[in-house]
Amino acid sequence: MLLPPELSVSLRVERPVLPVRLRTPPRAPFCFSPSRLRFHRQHEFFEDGDIHRHLYLQDILTNVTEVTERSKVSEFCCHIVGCCQVFDTLEGYEHHYNTLHRNMCSFCKRSFPSVHLLDTHILEWHDSLFQIMAEKQNMYQCLVEGCVEKFKSSKDRKDHLVKVHLYPSDFRFDKPKKAKSSTKHRKPPSKLDVSMPMDVNVETFEQSQVDSMEICPSESVENPTQPVSGPISSLQEKKLYKSRIPSTICFGQGASRGFKSMKKKV
Amino acid sequence: MWSRRSCRYRPDASGLEELRARRREQESALRKARRQQQLVSKRLLREDSLVNGDGQAGVEIASEPLSEQEILQLLRDVQRGTEERKKLLSHLRKGLQHKETQQKFVRLEGSMQVLIGLFTSSLANVQMEAARCLHELSHSSDPAVAEACLPSTSYLLTYLSGHSVEFTELCLYTLGNLAVESDAVRKQLLPQGIIPALASCIQSPHVAVLEGLGYVLSQLLQAREAPTKIMPLVLDSVLPQHMLRLISSNLELGMGVAVEFAWCLHYIVCSHVNNMLLISQGIVSTLVLLLLELASMMSKAATEGLELLICPVLRCLSNLLAEDETEGCKVQIQDERLLVALFLFMQYFLQQHPFLVQECLWLLNNLTADEPIFCSAVLTLDLLPALLQLLSCSRMVTLLALTVLCNIAEKGPAYCHQLHQKAVLPSLLSTLALSDAQVVGQSLELLHLLFLHLPEAADDFLSQAGLQALEQHQDNPQLQERVRALSETYLQPAAASLISCAGASAAVLPSS
Repeated sequence: MLLPPELSVSLRVERPVLPVRLRTPPRAPFCFSPSRLRFHRQHEFFEDGDIHRHLYLQDILTNVTEVTERSKVSEFCCHIVGCCQVFDTLEGYEHHYNTLHRNMCSFCKRSFPSVHLLDTHILEWHDSLFQIMAEKQNMYQCLVEGCVEKFKSSKDRKDHLVKVHLYPSDFRFDKPKKAKSSTKHRKPPSKLDVSMPMDVNVETFEQSQVDSMEICPSESVENPTQPVSGPISSLQEKKLYKSRIPSTICFGQGASRGFKSMKKKV
Repeated sequence: MWSRRSCRYRPDASGLEELRARRREQESALRKARRQQQLVSKRLLREDSLVNGDGQAGVEIASEPLSEQEILQLLRDVQRGTEERKKLLSHLRKGLQHKETQQKFVRLEGSMQVLIGLFTSSLANVQMEAARCLHELSHSSDPAVAEACLPSTSYLLTYLSGHSVEFTELCLYTLGNLAVESDAVRKQLLPQGIIPALASCIQSPHVAVLEGLGYVLSQLLQAREAPTKIMPLVLDSVLPQHMLRLISSNLELGMGVAVEFAWCLHYIVCSHVNNMLLISQGIVSTLVLLLLELASMMSKAATEGLELLICPVLRCLSNLLAEDETEGCKVQIQDERLLVALFLFMQYFLQQHPFLVQECLWLLNNLTADEPIFCSAVLTLDLLPALLQLLSCSRMVTLLALTVLCNIAEKGPAYCHQLHQKAVLPSLLSTLALSDAQVVGQSLELLHLLFLHLPEAADDFLSQAGLQALEQHQDNPQLQERVRALSETYLQPAAASLISCAGASAAVLPSS
């Protein structure tokens, strides 16, 4: 295209505007009058550009190079006390940390996907004033961000979630505070047993039978801080360990310090 | 997404031809879909992992479809944890790349619930792999498969407020794929609070998350019911001001982000739901400055794909300029640098992406219609030759270029004088030789304006065989009135005066 050579957007010269004649309507049979054109979304004027946009969307099959570029580091451990997950990528660690440790309730060690859910949990489960206030006013806040409704009971809130927000009735992050009975209806083993707690922890399934050590109710524990793999005996071991007085606490001068426990500290 | 474009596998010559053929097919399918108002596309994030340690980079690992038994076994094994769960899920995921496997999977009773259970587990790597499986399902071309993913949406939305970039990104693209699937899906997503969730998520600093978010939003906004059901909610939230911020900041890293939000804004603006709100938030100056910045980037190397950003921005500005005066104040733009930007874009994209030329001309029309500043600048900045060059391009481009010239001529004698001086007539004569009635008609309008303000133009037109050029259209019903009017009002008197002038001078000359 024949553009003047020095043309650039940084050019800012004050140019006088040519004098304008007063606008008059067009004389028949001529009909032209300057007008600003407007096109609506489905107009065929947009066809080529839209096609181009969609080709871009569809071409987004990523390729192998993406994965190989992810930097691997030498294996390292999660530094949270009690957790010994091991990682070899930073992204893997980041995701683990965010899933298990970031929004964690310091009272019962459950973790939550968001600050909002964590705050709601702490308020409803661990705030002693909450129960008192809930008797007088609607305190159970809707879980959906942006919805300001409050309810007088957990059940009312669940009904609202299901009816208005079309949430599943078994929404995982809305467990009621009372412990459910741990007997699960065993479906005839035809296909898959969906009622099996999907916390992907064999131990928790075992655990739901007993556990007076746990602070939380004995329904399937959301997010134990113990590592995943390991035989059941070591798990019970850890439970016992938990009830002990930490070795960092000394009772008087005569108490021996140091590594008192024979068991491996995690 | 944007950054991954450059990593694409580059095939050899034969592979290239295949690729081109595939692309042509894709394109014609898309055109057909658009004409039926069913233009829908999904995005896929897929990482093909290496085989052992010595797998080669660039080799696609072929995955096999899975049988029902195999799927069942995989799921049972995952639940029991007999093998490493991540590996099992990986295996499932690869199978789910195939449509038949996807269909078998969703038909198995309880399979989706198991998958969702894994997706919501506390084991990060299992959760991630389950999310990838869900993502493959969301991308399915079988609507039944994608709809089977509906029970996962409340969790997908919950996880948007998480902090893992990769996981959040995956959730966003999955949501985007599901959102575009059907009315039924959106009827669930909206009450589940997708708009507030996105409004929180847009405050993330991570480019990958923002790009994914832009994608979801663009999918929602393209829905048929969007102008009535979705756009009001979006406009009511903090999303517009963040979109405006993100579209213009950090273009180096966030180009993909800007592209997504530019298209979002285009869908909103061209639906004319509440453009006054956007105008009050400064959309016009933001977009003008953005175009100026993009124009200054034209000379640099990394301009691939810029048309994807420029196109929707041009459209927004053009439509905003055309906002009805009665709805509020008329939009005025007076920055001449925009004119320069437009011509730079047209020059740059004329060969490769001609569709952008017509989009630029549309904006140019809307700028020159009422503003003498721009009309004047076209002439004084010496941009007319470039504009005249466009008269020999596609029909739409020619028509728009003629309309811009008419806008300029309409401003009065000073403008016509410049047009005439800079040789507009020869170009007009070429357009008169075309057969398209609308193009010729617009040329006639331009001639009328020239002759009206500048009588001597008629003389010059005659001397360049203009009358003959006109006469070929005198039998065309769409054109004949105007042809006759031009002849009778301007050309015949001009011809007569020429003859009489000649006669007079002949009389003056002494007869030898």
